[in-house]
Amino acid sequence: MSRSGGNKLTRMMAARRKPGRWHWTDIAAYAYLALGVVLMFGPVLWLGLSSFKTQAGLLEFPPSLLPMSQKEVAVPGQAQKLPLFEVEMPDGSKRVLAQIRRVGIQAQMVDPANPGEVIRVPIDKRSPVREFKLATENYTEPLERFAFTRFLWNSVFVTLVATIITLIINSMAAYALSIYEFKGKTAVMLMVIGTLMIPITIILVPVYLVITKLGLVNSLWAVILPGAATPTGVFLLRQYMLTLPRDLIEAARMDKASEWQIYWRIVMPLAMPALAVLAIFSIMWRWNEFLWPLAVLTKTESYTLQIGLNAFQGELQTQWHYLLAMTVVTLLPVALVFVFLQRFITTGIANTGMK
Amino acid sequence: MAAAETKPRRDGAGGAGSLAAPLALLMRLVDWPMRALQRLIGERRMAYVFILPNLAFFSLFVFLPLLINFVFSVTGGAGLFPSERPFVGAQQYGYLFDCGSFLDPSSCREDHFWRGVANTARFTIFQVTAMVLLSLLTAVVLNMKIRARGFFRAVYFFPVLLSPVVVALTWKWILQRDGLLNAAITSLGGERILFLVDPGWAMFWIVFVSIWAHMGFYTLILLAGLQAIPADLYEAAEMDATPRWRVFWRITLPLLWPNMIVVIVLALIRGVQTFDEVFVLTGGGPGTATLMIVHYIYETAFANQVQNFGLAAAASVVLGVVLFALTLAQLAASRRKGAA
Repeated sequence: MSRSGGNKLTRMMAARRKPGRWHWTDIAAYAYLALGVVLMFGPVLWLGLSSFKTQAGLLEFPPSLLPMSQKEVAVPGQAQKLPLFEVEMPDGSKRVLAQIRRVGIQAQMVDPANPGEVIRVPIDKRSPVREFKLATENYTEPLERFAFTRFLWNSVFVTLVATIITLIINSMAAYALSIYEFKGKTAVMLMVIGTLMIPITIILVPVYLVITKLGLVNSLWAVILPGAATPTGVFLLRQYMLTLPRDLIEAARMDKASEWQIYWRIVMPLAMPALAVLAIFSIMWRWNEFLWPLAVLTKTESYTLQIGLNAFQGELQTQWHYLLAMTVVTLLPVALVFVFLQRFITTGIANTGMK
Repeated sequence: MAAAETKPRRDGAGGAGSLAAPLALLMRLVDWPMRALQRLIGERRMAYVFILPNLAFFSLFVFLPLLINFVFSVTGGAGLFPSERPFVGAQQYGYLFDCGSFLDPSSCREDHFWRGVANTARFTIFQVTAMVLLSLLTAVVLNMKIRARGFFRAVYFFPVLLSPVVVALTWKWILQRDGLLNAAITSLGGERILFLVDPGWAMFWIVFVSIWAHMGFYTLILLAGLQAIPADLYEAAEMDATPRWRVFWRITLPLLWPNMIVVIVLALIRGVQTFDEVFVLTGGGPGTATLMIVHYIYETAFANQVQNFGLAAAASVVLGVVLFALTLAQLAASRRKGAA
C-alpha cells in the first residue's frame, strides 16, 4: 500500500485517495479497537478497583467507581471511632457531625469540635461523608486467617518444580530426536504426535488410577507428574535444535566430551531461546491448571490457588471482599509475565500453533 | 525467533539464578554414570537414554491410561482397580445410549450425559461461529495500518493468559445481581436481570465469556496468516483502485482460508472439551442448563456420592472418538495447507 512513489500510476492514485484522508474503514477500525480496549480491559480493571473496596462498599448498589468508604473520626469521650455524616439542620444550614448511635429513625450525633452536646437528627436528613480509601486489609487478612498462604505456596511449588522437570526431560527427548539417527526414531515421533491428540479430559479416570497406584493422591506430585512430558515442548525444542550447527557437536566429540556433556554444556545453552519460550508456556500452564488438580486434590491443605479460589467462591456466604483480592493475587504473576515477556509468548504461539 | 535470540539467554540465566547452581552440580554428578553407560552401549545408542524419561512419562500418564480407559468402560462395580471390577461387556455404553428419543435428554437413562451433549453442541456451534468471525475481524483490523498496533494486539491477547478461574470470577462479579452490568441497566431505567439464574442468559454469558477469554489466541494465528500474504498483491489491487471489500473477498479470504480451517478445527476441539470457566461461572446451572460433557465425566467419576468410574470412562471414550474425528479433520486441513 505504498502511497508515495515517482511513477504516474501512484500519482494518479494519490489524487484519487488523498494521503492523510481517512477512508471510512479506518474510522470503523479505530472505533472497534476502542470498544475492544473497554471490553477487554474493563472487567479486569473493575476487578482490581473492587478488590480495594470494604465489605460494606462492595454491598453498595449502584456501586461507586472508586473504592470509597465513610470517613471516621475519633471523638473525645467515645471509645470507638465514629462515622461522619453531613447533616441538613432544621434551619437549612449544613453541618458535619459524627454519629454516636442510631435509635429507630433518630440518630444521636455529636459535633467533633464540641463533643459535650448530643444532637438528635432524623436519619433521612444525614448523608455519609466519604473519602477515597484502599481497603488493603482485603489483601493482608486472608494471608493471616485463611489457608491462602498454603494455596499460594502449593501453586508456586507445583509451577516451579513442574517447569524444571518439563524443561529437562523434554529437552533430553528433543536432543535425541534432533541430533541422533536411531532405530525406531519414526515410531517415537509418531508416539509424540499421538499424545498431542489425547487431552487429559478423556483419560481423567485412568490417570487417577495410576496416581492412586503410585500412592500420590492429594500430594502435589500428583499434579506435577502427569503433565511433565509435553508433546508441544518436545516439538518446540526439536525444531530449534535442528537449526544448531552440527560442526560444534562433532568438534566436542573430537575433544572427548561425553554425550551428556554435549547435551548439557553445548546444546542446552544454545537452545536457550526455545527453552525460555517453553519455560514461559509451562509456567502459564501450571499456574492456571484446573480440571486435573480439581479431580486429584481433595484435601484443603493440598489445594493450589485455582482450586482454593474455586472452593472459596462456592461457599454459601461468598466473602467477595477477600475473594476479589485473592483473585487479583492469582492474576498478578501472569500479568507480570505478560508485561515483560509478551513477545516470547506470541512468537511461541505463532511458531507452534499451540498454547 | 531470530530477533529474540540474544536477549533471552541473559533472562533465562538471571531468572533461574538461585536454582542454576544446584542444578549444574546435579548435572555434573549425572555425567559420571552417563559416561560409564556410554562406554558400555556406545555413542549412538545414547539416544535411547535421552528419550527414555519422556517416553516413560508418556507411557505412564497417556498410553497406559488410554488402555485402562477401555478396561474401565467395559467393567462394572465401584472398585477403582481393574482387578476388583467385573467384566460387563458393552453394558456401560448401553446405559449411556439407553434413550427413548435422542432428541429428548429426559427420556434417557443417563439424562445428564445427553443434556451435556446437547448443551456442549449448542455451546460449541455458537461459540465457534462467533469466535471465528470475531477473530477474523480483529485480525484484519490489527493488520491494517494503524497506530499503536502492538498495544491493541496485546489488549485482545492478554485474557488468553488468565486462568479460567480468574476469568470466571471476574465476570461473575460483573454479572451478579448487584453487579456492574445490572447497575448500568438500572441506571438506564431497566429492570435487574439475574443473568446466571436464567437458563437462556446463562448460556449466552458462558459463550460470551469463553470468547472473551480465548479470542486473542485465534486472532494471533489469523494475524500470522494475514502477514504472510504477499504485499505486492495488495499493491496491485490498489493500483487498480479495487474497493477494499473486494480486495478482502478476492485476495485476503482465499489466501487466509487454510489458516481459517485450522482455527475452526482447533476451536471445535477446544469447544467440545469446555469445562473450566463454565464450571466456576455457573456450576453447570441453573439446573443443568449449562452442564457440559466434561462436567458430566468429572461429576460421574469424582464429585457424585457414588463414584461411577465405568460410566465416566465410557463417556470419555465417546468424547475421545469425537475428538479423534476432529483431529483427523485437522490433519486433513493442515495437509491441504501444506500443499497450498
